[in-house]
Order: sequence, then C-alpha cells, then structure tokens
Amino acid sequence: MSRVLPILTILIAIFIFWYAAAIWMNAPWQTILNERANLADVPFFEFAQQTWAQDKPILPVPHQVFSEIWNATMGLEFTSRRSLALHAWITLSATLLGFVLGTGLGVALAVAIVHNDAADRSLMPWIIASQTIPILAIAPMVVVGLGAIGLTGLVPKALISMYLSFFPVVVGMVKGLRSPEAIQLDLMRTYDANPWQVFWKLRWPAALPMLFASMKVGIAISLIGAVVAELSNAAGGGLGVRLLTGSYNGQTIQIWAALFLAAGLAAVLVAIVGAAEKWVNARNGVRA
Amino acid sequence: MIPVVSAQNLGLTFSTNDGDVVALSDVNLTIEKGDFVSFIGPSGCGKTTFLRTIADLEQPTSGTLRINGQTPEDARKNRAYGYVFQAPALYPWRTIEKNIALPLEIMGHSPQQQAERIKRTMDLVNLSGFEKKYPWQLSGGMQQRASIARALAFDADLLLMDEPFGALDEIVRDHLNSELLKLWDRTQKTICFVTHSIPEAVYLSTKIVVMSPRPGRVTDIIESNLPKERPLDIRETPEFLAIAARVRDGLRAGHSYEEVV
Repeated sequence: MSRVLPILTILIAIFIFWYAAAIWMNAPWQTILNERANLADVPFFEFAQQTWAQDKPILPVPHQVFSEIWNATMGLEFTSRRSLALHAWITLSATLLGFVLGTGLGVALAVAIVHNDAADRSLMPWIIASQTIPILAIAPMVVVGLGAIGLTGLVPKALISMYLSFFPVVVGMVKGLRSPEAIQLDLMRTYDANPWQVFWKLRWPAALPMLFASMKVGIAISLIGAVVAELSNAAGGGLGVRLLTGSYNGQTIQIWAALFLAAGLAAVLVAIVGAAEKWVNARNGVRA
Repeated sequence: MIPVVSAQNLGLTFSTNDGDVVALSDVNLTIEKGDFVSFIGPSGCGKTTFLRTIADLEQPTSGTLRINGQTPEDARKNRAYGYVFQAPALYPWRTIEKNIALPLEIMGHSPQQQAERIKRTMDLVNLSGFEKKYPWQLSGGMQQRASIARALAFDADLLLMDEPFGALDEIVRDHLNSELLKLWDRTQKTICFVTHSIPEAVYLSTKIVVMSPRPGRVTDIIESNLPKERPLDIRETPEFLAIAARVRDGLRAGHSYEEVV
C-alpha cells in the first residue's frame, strides 16, 4: 500500500491535468463546431464533454484512447489490417529478435574486448561511434538497402533493434567481466584453472548483475529501434506505421493508442527482464 | 629429504615508471616438511612478495627457488600448495560448501569425492552446519575459516597464508590462532604464514623469519624452542617473551621502523 498510494496520487493528478488540458486545447475547434451548428451558450459542463468526444481532437483524453485500444484489439479480427493487436505483434516480434541478437552480439564483443588486447584497443571507439549516428538517419538506409536485395519484413527491423540494444550490453558486460578482484583471479591461478574455467566460474557469474541491468535498457531501446525502422516501410505494418498513418490522417486518437500500446509493451518487457533478474539473483544468493 | 621450500640468493625487482623497486634481495631460506614458518616485518619488507613468489604469482628476477625440488610453476601446476589471502575472497554467488568445492571442481574431482572432502574440511575448521549459507551471512572470522577450508580441500601439503587474520579483531584472532595450531598438528602440513604481529608469529611458529624493507631482505631466522603443545597462556612465559624480544631486536636491527630520509 505504501508504494501504491504515491503512484496512484500522481496518476490521478496526471488525469486531472490531462482532462483539463483537453478542454483547453480542443476548445477553439469545438467553438467553431458549435457556431456552425448554431449552438450558443452551451453550459460549461456540456461543453467540456463535447471537447472530450471529438473525432480528431488535438488532445484526445484517456478514455478515448483506451476505448480505441479496446476496439482496435478485441473488437477486430487479429488478421485485420486495422487490428492494433496485429501491429503490436509485428513490432514485438522485431523487438524480441533484435533484442536477442543485440544481447548476443553485445556479450560476444565484451568477451572479445576483455580477453584480447587488440580487440580492447580497436573495438571500443567504433562501438561508441556507432551510437553517435542518429538512428533516424541510419534506419531508412538499412531498411531500404536490405529491401533492394530482397530482404524485407522482420529481419531489417530486428537489425535496427540490434544496432541500438547491443550497446548497453557491451558497455555493461565489459565492466561486469572485469569486475572480479585481483585476489579472486589470483585464486584461480593458484588452482591452475584454465581460461575456460576462469570465465565460467568467475567472470561470467560476476558479470550477471551487469548483464541484467544492461538488458533492461537494451529491451526498451530495442522497441524504439523496431518502431523507428517501421517508419521507413509503411507497407510492413507495426506500431510505427500506425503512428505514421495516424499523423498523415490527423487521427490523433489512433496515434495515442499506438503510443500507449508501445509504452505498455516496453513496460511489460522491462518487467519480464526484471523478473528474470530477480530469479537469477535469488539462485545466486544475492541479499534481498 | 628434499626441502619443501628452498631459496638461494633469491631476488625480485619490480620495474615501475618511477624506476626499479627492489622487493627482495639475496634471500636464502630452507623450509622443511612440517615446519610452521612465520614471516614478520613492516610493510614493504617483501614478506607477501616472497609468499607470492613461492606460489608462482610473482616471478623472481635472480637466484633460484625450488618447491619440493620443482620450479614454482611446476609446483603450482601440480597443485602443491593451498593459498589463503588477506581477504577471504569467497565468491559471493556460491554457498560456503560450493566455495570449498571450487578448487575440487577445477581439479576434476567426482561429486562424491567433493562431498566427502567438503565435509572433512568443514569439520576441520569448525564450520559444520553452515554449508548452505552464503558468505555475507557469515562473520569475518567464519569467512576466513571458510577460505582456509577451501585451501585445505584438495590436500596440498603446503599451506601459504598471507596475513589471514589481519583484518580480524584480537579476540577472534586469538581463537583462530589456537585453532590453526590444532589444525597444523592434525594435518601435519607445512605452513608459511605472513604476519606483522610479533605475538602471533611467536605463538604459532617453529621458525620465525624476520625481514626488513628497502631492499626487502631476511635479517634473522629464529628457531623456536617452544613445545608443540601451546595453550594461549604460553604467551606469558619467560621462554615466549625471550623469543619475542629477539624478534623485536631483529626488526630494530633492520632499521625497519625508521623513516627513510
């Protein structure tokens, strides 16, 4: 309860602010509509309800967004091109594939960097440089470029997700794999342990907390990568495409619905990684 | 009989950015099987470096060093010694029994052998009942006992201990000292023990190596004539105090407490 109450308070405050802002932002258009319909002197409460029920409001209110999400998921066949559930699945699959690839690449690079001097000195600057390039610039090139050689659909989007999500994993895992203290490594030497044993019995378990911390960041930006990649290929579908077509057609409710769903998806994914982290920590005797 | 440790004219110089640092110079020492040898001296006298050289964690730059007649590297590869560090260095993600199992896993012992040795060494250091605990659930003294058990688990005849009780309080240290003597008596191991406490060195040892810094060298080697059976109050006897006085003289002779100009 002590945790729920503050969150609930903030949530209620946001909703109040939101509904008030919607009245204010949608009022000019509502006034025009009412003048056209020759409605004069609409009482404030009725006017407020009108601003909360427009077709293409500047700022839709939460209940409009949630009912749009409900109608576009539960109210439609999954296979329908307008089903938000289908688009969410398209984005989710690219996110998950990209996240798995990115985590794998990140771990592999970190292992190379920690075990090989040349890799240590040569790779890191490139890895950092890769993240200074705006993803919005590189995503269309990758999607269009791969499309030209016949590679479309899931893979190009997953590659963009991977491109974003490998970075926190490399940085975190390099730190994690280097976290064992000198005497813990000396101990392994006194046992004449081979490099394989040093890795699996010392470096890897020592790095696990960092792995989970960076995977939490990685999965969230994987989703962003997938959405950004979708903007470059409107035919492929996904939440990014719903955002794009929504903004072309002034369908603000549709934009917000896709936005909410993307945010909710990210929250669920981060929570799943967090749960996995808790499970692994409990098995490794980390103090609660 | 081949000595367990034999050092002739052993020297070790570290090259640093500020020039060479002579950590060990002209060290001559023989340690026989069953000896309990303490290395005592102020910081920087090379006592830890010498222990690490025996363990092949540092390489000497001159002289010869033989462990059981072998080079330190071969001795390490033959798992000739167990090493106890200043800190327990237990792996926090392993329970106490799994920590003790670590060298056994690496050395390829079967699960049955592991279980049998874990039980035996945990009994030896009086930690039975704490098998499933994680390191953070144990006191500092118990953690260090677990690390001693880990060093004993694979039955090396030589035990190298680098100030293992340095971070513990006086009461726990006294207790562990008398336990260590009993353990030494029961296991017949050869023990090299680094300390900077005179009473600890005199109480434990059959041989005390007094060292002094800049450059690290041996200034005196004292054979102890104390009986093997040593209750804690032996530390008030004239024999004990006489050896302690000689250690103190040796340390003073090395100018070890004077500031360098």
